[in-house]
Amino acid sequence: MIALLMRDLRLSVRAGGGFGLGLAFFLIVTVLVPFGVGPEAEILARIAPGILWVGALLACLLSLDRIFQLDFEDGSLDLLATAPVPMEGAVAIKALAHWLVTGLPLTLAAPLFGGLMSMQAPGHWWMFVTLLLGTPALSMIGAFGAALTVGLKRGGLLLSLLVLPLYVPTLIFGAEAAARGMAGLANSTPLLMVAGITAGSVALLPFAAAAALRINLR
Amino acid sequence: MELRVEGLTVARGGVPVLEGLGFSLKAGEVLVLRGPNGSGKTTLLRTLAGLQPPQAGEISLPPETIAYGAHADGLKAQLTVTENLMFWARVYGTGDIDAALSRMNLVSLRDRPAANLSAGQKRRLGLARLLVTGRPIWLLDEPTVSLDTASVGLFADCVRAHVADGGAALIATHIDLGLEAEILDVTPFRADPDAARVQGAFDEAFL
Repeated sequence: MIALLMRDLRLSVRAGGGFGLGLAFFLIVTVLVPFGVGPEAEILARIAPGILWVGALLACLLSLDRIFQLDFEDGSLDLLATAPVPMEGAVAIKALAHWLVTGLPLTLAAPLFGGLMSMQAPGHWWMFVTLLLGTPALSMIGAFGAALTVGLKRGGLLLSLLVLPLYVPTLIFGAEAAARGMAGLANSTPLLMVAGITAGSVALLPFAAAAALRINLR
Repeated sequence: MELRVEGLTVARGGVPVLEGLGFSLKAGEVLVLRGPNGSGKTTLLRTLAGLQPPQAGEISLPPETIAYGAHADGLKAQLTVTENLMFWARVYGTGDIDAALSRMNLVSLRDRPAANLSAGQKRRLGLARLLVTGRPIWLLDEPTVSLDTASVGLFADCVRAHVADGGAALIATHIDLGLEAEILDVTPFRADPDAARVQGAFDEAFL
């Protein structure tokens, strides 16, 4: 299992692995929004949590189809399925690798990029906390979507259509918790909801994704 | 340790390709599968490897004994030969890759990225993976594709050593490997594709 994690991480930093792609995309989205909305600091600060959350979500989506598709194409998914690694564990590890390569850098960068949106002091902290709680769910739900579409040629678009609606609850509660925290209001309810979604998807979706993979490998 | 198959029916895309197949493979034996293209050799091997369920019949084999070598080698182009092989060695919990590298004549290529290997060299690396699995029963699908004569000899030596060591191998191939092997021609077991289409297709559409 650790070997699989190390291999996925190593692949992601080699040429064409896509490390930093999501981060660069996130930065560009954050920079583009002030161009579109205008430079008023109050408006930008007010919409910042929502924009940062949507940006992080789209950046996460960008690399989802790589989770299983590349392994499927070169045949290593077949070999992995016959190896002494439970499919559920392999799915969870691959989602973890995706989070380490995509979700974690986004979480660490969001407070920084918040500055580009005139975000004020407690907001940075809450962006970090909500993304830290929410992005694992994005990777896990995404891995499930990737498992469903793994055998399809150009399944990336279908994957987006499948996964984006499933991201809605995480987005609503995550952005709400960040916005409330920034305004100095109580936000423990949406925070707990985000944490609950993450815990639930990490607990259940590896089984669903493994079942989907087994059917797709037949 | 014995792989035993009785009354096996395997299907591809819901259409049965082989039916009523029965054979057994004991330690120290090699069984070569023959049959024209599309006769179901790959489907049979995938079913035995556990990648798809059989439509009917019994497969009995001890758990954790199968190493499956597919058409695709499952190599990562960005990783070196050592890294590729080391990954599988660690997945199977064996860890020693030096013997496999030297037996497949890959030592001089060990730091080369897999992207820069020739087709035959990739194949040799894919076959070296079998040596690091430590599994007794090898299921091989066209293992000699794109290998030159010398490499086919190397591979045949590996199979001989594996079998002498108490292993067994089931090999689907079109060429003569020069092994002492039983030959199983699957042609007599080919299923009539039209007979079961009506009942099989419905389930598959919803799975």
